[in-house]
Amino acid sequence: MRRFARNGAGMLGLVGVVLVLVMAFGAPLLAPHDPARQYFDGLTLEGDPLPPSRQFPLGTDTLGRDLLSRVLFGARVSLLVGVLANGAAVLIGLLVGVAAGYFRGAVEAVLMRLTDVMTAFPALILAIALAAILRPSLWIVALVIALVNWVWIARAIYAQVLSIRQREFVEAAGALGVGTFRTLFRHILPHLVSTLMVFGTLGISTTVLLEASLSFLGVGVQPPAPSWGGIINESQSYFLDAPWLVIFPGIAIVLTSLSFNLLGEALRDALDLAERR
Amino acid sequence: MIGYLAQRLLQAAGVLLGVSIVTFLLAFLLPADPARMIAGRSATVQTVESIRQQLGLDRPLPVQYVNYLGKLLRGDLGRSYAQKAEVTKLIRSRLAPTLQLALAGILFELLIGLPAGIVAALRRGTAVDQAVMAFAFVGVSAPQFVVGLLLIYVFAYLLPLFPLGGYGTPLHVVLPAVAVGLAGGGWYARVTRSAMIDVLRQDYVRTARAKGVFPAKVVFKHVLKNAVLPVVALVGLDIGVFMGGIVIVESVFGWPGIGQMIWQAIQLVDIPVIMGGVLVTALFVVVGNLLADLVYPVLDPRIRYS
Repeated sequence: MRRFARNGAGMLGLVGVVLVLVMAFGAPLLAPHDPARQYFDGLTLEGDPLPPSRQFPLGTDTLGRDLLSRVLFGARVSLLVGVLANGAAVLIGLLVGVAAGYFRGAVEAVLMRLTDVMTAFPALILAIALAAILRPSLWIVALVIALVNWVWIARAIYAQVLSIRQREFVEAAGALGVGTFRTLFRHILPHLVSTLMVFGTLGISTTVLLEASLSFLGVGVQPPAPSWGGIINESQSYFLDAPWLVIFPGIAIVLTSLSFNLLGEALRDALDLAERR
Repeated sequence: MIGYLAQRLLQAAGVLLGVSIVTFLLAFLLPADPARMIAGRSATVQTVESIRQQLGLDRPLPVQYVNYLGKLLRGDLGRSYAQKAEVTKLIRSRLAPTLQLALAGILFELLIGLPAGIVAALRRGTAVDQAVMAFAFVGVSAPQFVVGLLLIYVFAYLLPLFPLGGYGTPLHVVLPAVAVGLAGGGWYARVTRSAMIDVLRQDYVRTARAKGVFPAKVVFKHVLKNAVLPVVALVGLDIGVFMGGIVIVESVFGWPGIGQMIWQAIQLVDIPVIMGGVLVTALFVVVGNLLADLVYPVLDPRIRYS
């Protein structure tokens, strides 16, 4: 913990994560306007979006809605999808990695060949194809992202389980007649906790980016729900005249992804060193 | 070496077989009915049914898959529903733009990633190092469409140095390549930096320096040569991923690559094009990885495969 606190970049990441959490949870209190309401004074007389002003601090979007409110509420969608998708990916990765590493034999062969095949698909292409098939909703988007992201986690867990299996205490447990499930839960899982924590934070960085990309292409979270990628998608044709429509949601995406990235890397450093001692 | 090569090729073939199964199932899961799509809206039930029989869609799934695989092995990816053309022909027409953008993107990644990583490693712990690492983290965390749109705004709109989009002249490729390569450049910088730091610690580097070898020569001849291996692995991965189409950047810049083709096909539910496109992207990824594996022993004779 102290090691972590000394890592400046990690603390910066933590501050960023807290900030995004405050945005997401505090959206109803912080937002100056209703994110879905189309203000009739929210557009110029020609029907263009308004630049940042006192009434609309980040300007308005192409439909005359308050951008600040939409970005704040967008934090809920992005974070929810990011956390859900990453949680599911970590869970699938854990199950596959542990099963392949512990049971070996046919289970190992089938599962690891499956991960080989999955790594051959570019993540975004596969996600787009799946999202198009499955008719996107918030839950489906999270599921699709999890389905393309579990592979790397499974590989890391698998390698770790293989090395833990060879340690004396697992052998001893086997020799003493400790049951399979007891061995898994008491002797193997505790050693995976730090890896899971790192993937649990670091992975959110990836899932948030993937959600934004899918929503930007229009196969992610569907309007009228405000998502950062979706806001940019809706304003794409307008952005040369109204660059704030890209800049502010863009900053929100970078901030979120960067913060989880920094936090995850710092966590990895801190836990790695703790493990080595 | 030959044994390793054979084993690696066999493994790649196995992965591609798996890829063909996944792609086939993907298309099977699509909610659209291909026969109805070909027949058009006004077709009678009999017409749709006869097309279905013609395509073999009335047969059991495993039979359909075997047929599909047989055609695949003969290089037949079927015909597009939306455009009356062979899928292989459509893909071939997209190869040149895709290759151009992929190479330009990788070049950009190397141009910023390698020097940044080297400088950061040599000036480890200083403000320069921190600045490079900060850039690397931001680069990795910035989505390509935000980078792309901002590049267009600044360098094509405010300062009209480059075209707004499209494909053709060398100028057209600059902004898309930067948008593609920024995140990768961050990765390259990080990987180069940590590999350099590992090598700088080695005894022979200290010996070379103690002998009075010119510092730049130490860096380029002794250190970089050994630190570049992980970067080669990244290039191998990127060749695969980039050739597979950079959907986002291609869509932002209107670049006529494979990614755009797949994206348009998905919107039109043009199943043969989706299947062919996804299959080809996976093929590139497998080949890219294979290439990186084969280049390793050439760069580092200590690596011997058996």
